[in-house]
Amino acid sequence: MTSIITRRRFTFGAGAAATLPFAAGRALAQAPFGVGFIYVGPVGDHGWTWTHDQGRKALEKEYGDKIKTSFIENVAEGPDAARAIRQLAQAGNQLIFTTSFGFMNPTIQVAKQFPKLKFEHATGYQRAENVATYNARFYEGRAVIGTIAGHMSKSGTAGYIASFPIPEVVMGINAFTLAAQKVNPNFKTKVIWASTWYDPAKEADAAKALIDQGCDIITQHTDSAAALQAAEQRGVFAFGQASDMSAFAPKAHLSAIVDDWSGYYIRRVKEAMDGSWKSGDVWGGIKDGMVKLAPYNAAVTPAARQAADAVQKGIVDGSLHPFTGELKDQKGVQRLKAGEKASDEMLSKMDWYVDGVQA
Amino acid sequence: MNSVILVSIVMTLVAAATPILLAALGELVVEKSGVLNLGVEGMMLCGAVAGFAVAYGTGSTGLGLAAAALAGIATAMVFAVLTLSLTANQVATGLALTIFGIGASSLIGAGFVGRTIERLGPVFPEALAGHPWLRVVFGHDVMVYLSLALVLAVSLFLRRTRPGLILRAVGENDQSAHAIGYPVIGIRYAAIAFGGALAGLGGAYFSLALTPMWADRLTAGRGWIALALVVFAAWRPGRLLLGAYLFGAVMTLELQAKAAGIAWLAPEVLAMAPYLATIVVLTMMSLRRGAGRLDAPACLGKAFTAS
Repeated sequence: MTSIITRRRFTFGAGAAATLPFAAGRALAQAPFGVGFIYVGPVGDHGWTWTHDQGRKALEKEYGDKIKTSFIENVAEGPDAARAIRQLAQAGNQLIFTTSFGFMNPTIQVAKQFPKLKFEHATGYQRAENVATYNARFYEGRAVIGTIAGHMSKSGTAGYIASFPIPEVVMGINAFTLAAQKVNPNFKTKVIWASTWYDPAKEADAAKALIDQGCDIITQHTDSAAALQAAEQRGVFAFGQASDMSAFAPKAHLSAIVDDWSGYYIRRVKEAMDGSWKSGDVWGGIKDGMVKLAPYNAAVTPAARQAADAVQKGIVDGSLHPFTGELKDQKGVQRLKAGEKASDEMLSKMDWYVDGVQA
Repeated sequence: MNSVILVSIVMTLVAAATPILLAALGELVVEKSGVLNLGVEGMMLCGAVAGFAVAYGTGSTGLGLAAAALAGIATAMVFAVLTLSLTANQVATGLALTIFGIGASSLIGAGFVGRTIERLGPVFPEALAGHPWLRVVFGHDVMVYLSLALVLAVSLFLRRTRPGLILRAVGENDQSAHAIGYPVIGIRYAAIAFGGALAGLGGAYFSLALTPMWADRLTAGRGWIALALVVFAAWRPGRLLLGAYLFGAVMTLELQAKAAGIAWLAPEVLAMAPYLATIVVLTMMSLRRGAGRLDAPACLGKAFTAS
């Protein structure tokens, strides 16, 4: 069972929402377990939000009539998101996933008002008794595609379409660049801040600008497949984001970092239903199946394949950490001593760039 | 800066400006007839999804464009019936049309997410557009030339033809036009249909040319920029062209500056640039014209009932 509430309709129905708690309260008695989702973009973005919605669908498949999922899409980040989260809380959902960094404070705020409900915030760092956080170690995937980029780029310059300079994005840029520099020490990454997670036409234009400036590999931390299409048109390589986007760019698409939230969602809903749910912080990577790599393009050379597979294997068995010292940032500050591996805390607060990043 | 980059910048800015220009030109005619249709974004999205669906189904981008124009008209007719025949509030109905368009396009497009089609290609043969500078002239797709021709046509229509004069009269003083015997409602229906067709084509430019795919909210707010451009242009087609290309240039140069690593400009400043430019131009125009009426048609947004 699914119910869809779009942001716009919700705003328009704000007056009617006042009556909702009573209706929801009555329905709660014999209702199936309610699981709510707050999405930052449209489910049809074929990127970030789409992967979370795939997770939601996996939940429905797993638990059938035992649960009822609902979602609100296109929720703007920031204080206003609290209204949307509250809406799901009042509608009888017992476990609510808020799936973007900018929902952090609103989630904490609403969670205080609904101490009996459970909340899960993706990519954030604030927790409470009833607020857990979860994230995927995308930087592991970035290290793999960075390795491929190092092998495949002739100009030694990659273009990176980034959204906002938050730690999550900064860490991806650094991981990508460091991995590429292991192959080609002079490798450079040019970053364009698109200041949006989703604007296909702008993402495509950003890709074109980067290609104009000599980048022959495009990668992105925005949500649409538009940049891949631009790369395909201009005859350079690119990587998909969040899901396999090879259909959009059969020649350009070298691989993609694929998010898979279904395993985590299925586990957490089960725990919430049987009462064993506890707040905590889960940060899963390639090893946990949360981050996967899409099949390599036929154009990826055997050497690049081998190197990429070796990086994946090293990450899974723990012998390789994408951030291993000695590591200095652009200003020459030593961030990691020789042989030292970055702690999760350091990663989640990263606000510096390594050499070779033009951001 | 070498010429290859310069040509590429020009090509990108023209492509970025074209959908805004198309949608804004349609809205300009609508507003000249005295109707304010805030549903541009919704009509663009309906055009985008219809164009993609038909182009995907038939393999013909030409048919896709036709379908986009028809879908734009169909969406616009919902607005026309509500505001003209039922005299509903134009602002509220226009906003509702945008919300409706977002939802309807998302519903229709759900089955097309993740698919792609052949991009709308240049209209002239490759040989003619071989040299980089010739590419600036001959390297565009059909919609770019169509949009330019339409700017000229609308400009001539409004200023030099009798029907254009009548359309303006309806927008300036609907009661007088009615008293002389002109069918105010009929003329406004026609204007809204034209606006819908161009918004549909503008939307389809995203799904067929810029980013040949369907994704929810593909136009990402360009419909609102088109609406602002009409005011920016003081309801003149020539200035609309200038404004659209200026806006395209600012959007493109913002990205180029970032890619070139111009570090003294914060990315946030560059992201603000197009909107800052809009505010500056609007302020300058208001200052020059005193009261700031900005040449808006006198009956803009007012419901008409024959008296």
